[in-house]
Amino acid sequence: MSEDQQVGIVLVSHSAQVASAVAELATGLSGGGDTAPIAAAGGREDGGFGTSSELVSAAAHSVDRGAGVALLVDLGSAVLTVKALLAEGDELPEGARLVDAPFVEGTVAALVTASTGADLDTVVAAAKDAYTYRKE
Amino acid sequence: MLDADFFRRWMTAAHTAVDQEADRLTELDSPIGDADHGSNLRRGFAAVTAALEKEAPATPGAVLTLAGRQLISTVGGASGPLYGTLLRRTGKALGDEAEVSEADLARALRTGVEAVATLGGAAPGDKTMLDALVPAADALGESFDAARRAAAEGAEATTPLQARKGRASYLGERSIGHEDPGAASSALLISALARTAGAAEVAE
Repeated sequence: MSEDQQVGIVLVSHSAQVASAVAELATGLSGGGDTAPIAAAGGREDGGFGTSSELVSAAAHSVDRGAGVALLVDLGSAVLTVKALLAEGDELPEGARLVDAPFVEGTVAALVTASTGADLDTVVAAAKDAYTYRKE
Repeated sequence: MLDADFFRRWMTAAHTAVDQEADRLTELDSPIGDADHGSNLRRGFAAVTAALEKEAPATPGAVLTLAGRQLISTVGGASGPLYGTLLRRTGKALGDEAEVSEADLARALRTGVEAVATLGGAAPGDKTMLDALVPAADALGESFDAARRAAAEGAEATTPLQARKGRASYLGERSIGHEDPGAASSALLISALARTAGAAEVAE
């Protein structure tokens, strides 16, 4: 896989601010040159709290470089909306995957890994691995 | 037999019911949820009505599939993907027939309800929409009115339960004593179906 075909990352949160802030944090922590494409899909289209399948779908297509897209989600409807979109079959890019990972830590791990040009399986594994880091 | 027009009228009746009961649904969603169930569903079913007026699908399956698609897109809360999945899977299970029997609908609805259970990871007794939908799907084989009664009873029976899924589950015992808003709106959907069938019988 060439370096320009990086896995894309999508952040789905109930809040536009949370999604964009986590994207900013992950980009800042990834540092050192260009990072893999990342997009935030937070809140509803009218700005309220919730999940918009249109925003999720648009974000996923915007980061799709043909190497797959990893979707990290926060709560309730964010999880269910992405699952429902995946079940639709044609709403998300080929190779889109819901990642079962902590939202902030998983995103940092996913973006750092994707920025190295790693494939989707490796990016997903890195994000999931964030669950194993205990805080007490 | 039930044709595409019947299913369009069902969706319109559901929209009307959700519109009329939106405040009550939001009230139910205030103590144990985030107080947006009524407004979310109202927005979703308004989009369903608009889409059905614009496209007028030719088969029962296509009506429900389009309606489900609209709910997933526009509701904004967890009820969007859940109701969207219910209608879409039910619609897909109905296939491409121009007319379906009541027994076909009962079977298809059961498929839709099972898909909702899988998506949300819930079971009857968890204080969710499944507490109304599962008995309704079971009773639909008998009659539309039996399904309506089963859904209403199922929704009421969620009041003493402790929530085990969704946001209400964080409240633990404090979720006891409140009817589940999702079960309440599910009862509205099934009651709209029975009303549509009743109106069709009167018309015949």
